[in-house]
Amino acid sequence: MIFLRRQLPLLITFVTGIIFIAQYYVPHPASEELLTTVNKWLQIIGGFALVLGVTSLFHQHAVKIRRREPGWGYSFVLYAGMVGTIVVGLAVNGKESMDGGMTAFGWIYSYTMVPLQGTMFALLAFFIASAAYRSFRARSREAAVLLVAAIIVMMGRVPLGEYLVPVTGDITQWVLNVLNASVRRAILIGISLGAVALSLKIIFGIERSYLGGGRE
Amino acid sequence: MKRPSTSSRFWLAGVLLLLQPAPSFADPLPPPQHVQAFDAPNDAGGAIVLVWSPAPYDSPGVKYEIRVSNGSADITSGGKVLAQFAADTHYTKDAKLPWWTRPAKATDHYYVVKSGKGMELKNGDAYAFVVAAVRGEERSEAPAVRAVPGPNWINWNQLNNFFVVLIFGAVVVGSIQQAKRKEIFLRRIPGLDAVDEAIGRATELGKPILYLTGAGDMSEPSTLAAAVILGRVSKRVALYETDLMVPHRDPIVMAVCQEITKQGYLEAGKPDAFKEDSNFFITTDQFSYTAAVDGLMLRKQPAANFFMGSYFAEALLLTETGASTGAIQIAGTDSDHQLPFFVTTCDYTLIGEELYAASAYLSREPVQVGTLRGQDIGKAIVLGVILVGSLLASAGVLFGTDWPSVVLDLFKDLK
Repeated sequence: MIFLRRQLPLLITFVTGIIFIAQYYVPHPASEELLTTVNKWLQIIGGFALVLGVTSLFHQHAVKIRRREPGWGYSFVLYAGMVGTIVVGLAVNGKESMDGGMTAFGWIYSYTMVPLQGTMFALLAFFIASAAYRSFRARSREAAVLLVAAIIVMMGRVPLGEYLVPVTGDITQWVLNVLNASVRRAILIGISLGAVALSLKIIFGIERSYLGGGRE
Repeated sequence: MKRPSTSSRFWLAGVLLLLQPAPSFADPLPPPQHVQAFDAPNDAGGAIVLVWSPAPYDSPGVKYEIRVSNGSADITSGGKVLAQFAADTHYTKDAKLPWWTRPAKATDHYYVVKSGKGMELKNGDAYAFVVAAVRGEERSEAPAVRAVPGPNWINWNQLNNFFVVLIFGAVVVGSIQQAKRKEIFLRRIPGLDAVDEAIGRATELGKPILYLTGAGDMSEPSTLAAAVILGRVSKRVALYETDLMVPHRDPIVMAVCQEITKQGYLEAGKPDAFKEDSNFFITTDQFSYTAAVDGLMLRKQPAANFFMGSYFAEALLLTETGASTGAIQIAGTDSDHQLPFFVTTCDYTLIGEELYAASAYLSREPVQVGTLRGQDIGKAIVLGVILVGSLLASAGVLFGTDWPSVVLDLFKDLK
């Protein structure tokens, strides 16, 4: 059993890891075809895994409703929404429009999902304002530097700000193109090396806790 | 013997220059010389390279015309005009190829015919090409050349990339060996030191811990790193017998994290405390997931929130809600565009590589720590290359010379 639980997954990881490192250097259509095939496999596995996810979701909320846990009404709304959408979707074969008109399934998507998503995204503006207020309070030297830099960049990015204090435009460009870009690139170099090191650790079986456990 | 004065030398040079035969429209227009056509190397096929020697008449006033026909057709009587461009353009040196795969001299003309734009080159079929020099109404054609496009098995342009991977791999292996022999110093990472503090605080308050693995799937290194850290966190959580909530956006990540969490409880000696539904799926939709997690934070009031993995616009919506509940928040991400939001709203933030270093930092296993040392040596090498590259590129521009490109090409297009 240990072979199936440990050695076989590690072997598969090693072999596929090496194959797909090599794939990067092979421009032949066969190599591209291999990548496409594997991506299709991943999509198929993802489709089956979605069943797993939906089962988990149903189970989680069924328990809440059964136990009348605080907020069980939300779980009921989730059940009603999900079952309702599935039924309506199946009835119209998953089509959002039919014979030039919108189906009930399309209506749910256009007039429920999209506005709700838009609302969540719009909340970001208020969250940015509150986060900015907290971080721009000049309580330390670093926060003061952040505050000054932010004011200059804001002035430089807004037409009125640049009109009132023209030099902020140039300073903003310098802050973004020199200070900001160099720090971002430094972070990206670290991230890339970290990702390569982690990938090597996984391919060569040094890091195996993602398999669900320590060394055996 | 008396040397000629500077002014007389100047006049002599001027006279000689006037006597030089200048290219004029009255001169005959010789055809392009040494025209070659061959399959484009290092590609998946469907492309042919044409090269030919530079000519004395290369100037904006003269144009090169390229015609093509299927191998069986007679190109002398027609063919399709593929391109026409000024004769002082399209050199091999402009092709941005590294020096080890240049198919011709840097000063030779270079043109790649690719499938597309009304022309499809099929692998295995022969095609004939004619390169002509055109000056006004006058034209002069080189003999037709033929080539067959085909796919290649190795992209030699990426040879430098391959060597860099080998060198980096060797550095990591060497560092692991070194770490096995002697202890390697690790600098403090406050965000990881705070993991115990956050779990302890949640235990004292009797509140749950919320752990997010980000928006990525299992193919992303940041999600893998988040899953690895979850293993360590779940072990501590099991020891302290605190509640753990791990909502997911990806069912596969959920399945993997369930196993990792279960193993964490097993290793802590508390398999009975493991709850199957501590990892649960919400939705793959970005803002629906965000709304659900925000709701969890407001209802369950977790004492500690962990945001590991990759994030997009939802980052601030999640962390700001968490901050409003007074939870201790630890973030770790490689999404550089979201870092400002995490730094602003979280108590501790693991920036980029620190997320990947977490596994080694928390486990302190020599093998893991060795890879960290390898990363640091890699960074030192990159810094050195940036410094040397900047100096060489500046020298190349200052002295108008091409030799620095021999070294610079080695580090070109590294991915």
